[in-house]
Amino acid sequence: MSANGEGLGRVLTVALGLCLICSVVVSAAAVVLKPAQQANKTRDLKRNILMAAGLLDPALSVEEQFEQVETRVVDLDAGQFVDGIDPATFDQREAAKDPQLSRAIPGEEDAAKLVRREHQALVYLVRGESGDLDKIILPIRGYGLWSTLYGFMALEADGNTIAGLGFYEHGETPGLGGEVDNPKWKAIWSGKQVYRADQVAIQVLKGPVPAGSAQAQWQVDGLSGATLTTKGVHNLVRYWLGEQGFKPLLDNLRQGEV
Amino acid sequence: MSMRETLADPIFKNNPIALQILGICSALAVTTSLRVTLVMCIALTLVTAFSSFFISSIRQFIPSSIRIIVQMTIIASLVIVVDQVLKAVAYDISKQLSVFVGLIITNCIVMGRAEAYAMKNPPVPSFIDGIGNGLGYSFVLLVVATVRELFGTGKLLGVEILPLVTEGGWYQANGLLLLPPSAFFLIGLLIWAIRSVNTEQVEAPEFKIAHRNPLEESA
Repeated sequence: MSANGEGLGRVLTVALGLCLICSVVVSAAAVVLKPAQQANKTRDLKRNILMAAGLLDPALSVEEQFEQVETRVVDLDAGQFVDGIDPATFDQREAAKDPQLSRAIPGEEDAAKLVRREHQALVYLVRGESGDLDKIILPIRGYGLWSTLYGFMALEADGNTIAGLGFYEHGETPGLGGEVDNPKWKAIWSGKQVYRADQVAIQVLKGPVPAGSAQAQWQVDGLSGATLTTKGVHNLVRYWLGEQGFKPLLDNLRQGEV
Repeated sequence: MSMRETLADPIFKNNPIALQILGICSALAVTTSLRVTLVMCIALTLVTAFSSFFISSIRQFIPSSIRIIVQMTIIASLVIVVDQVLKAVAYDISKQLSVFVGLIITNCIVMGRAEAYAMKNPPVPSFIDGIGNGLGYSFVLLVVATVRELFGTGKLLGVEILPLVTEGGWYQANGLLLLPPSAFFLIGLLIWAIRSVNTEQVEAPEFKIAHRNPLEESA
């Protein structure tokens, strides 16, 4: 090395100088573009909420359409809306990490592998023209095969019939687990029932629902080639619709106690 | 070599995909829709051009013992900047491209031009060479993407060209074209077409299959 006039000093100087310049360029780009990226992310989130509920009209702007959606903060254990917290600034993902705002989930309950569950969550309400509740959209998340899947589940006003489901962020294998984004598969969910005799009955099978299954209205086809992702979706949907999730709220809504 | 040759040669004569068989991975992955492909091509062309430019301008200072990692650092920084810009201005497309923008870092074309051209030539020709190779890559990708989107979905840039049977038209979409293997077939056909025209690109076979002699084998 030194024979070519490349002493250790020069190697270190070049490496250090280059790294400094590159890191300044990269961080500058990240900082300058952050607001635009954040705005895109928020818009994308809103679009996914509308899409899960089947309300998205691509011809109209997302912001305009989102005006029909009312965002509320809900206390999960009590199943009641909380008025003291501003939904616009409440960050549910941060809350799930904050020991003050969340609790650890004991292992045997933690089928969706969430580790912690926040005390408060966001829900999105869509009202019909007469002001009655039309759809309720719940944020759901859970672990698949490689990654946490983040998504929304939309329920009809009865709090039992599924209106739609969609994931907006996940890192599952494209073509296998990534097929959770497949519109055909997502379409299977709408019209399915969640509860039977007050118990969560919805399940994602391994493979297709057998023809003539008596349980068909509570069953969804599994994705072929994606057994573990499918299992993850099964667990997370059941968790968030169960007692630990939004069931208290849905029960209260049904009985008009909210 | 004149500037013009530096720019135009990689498009047909010395195409990075068709002749050098580099960068095939992203050519399979992002060519299902023309719009996404266009963005990928622009991103790759810019990264190749600018990384060649920057590497060439500091080539006398790069110690040869760490030259590959220096090239990688410059390329990686540019790719991150491109990724950030895409996330800010073209969020939907950046979501569809997902990991493939990040994977420009490992695209052999970028590294290949840095090592083979930019390390030995002044900055401006290196920049032109980067643009040329980016265009060569884009040429192949755009051809593949046009065929795949048109015959796979009946659309081009999302505009309906061939009305699909499922929507009351006459065209039965070819699902194979939306799967990665179809890009292999298309690139293969393209290489065949280019080499039929430019016969000097045909490589001499590296070995010959020996004539089979059943008598010798049994002996």
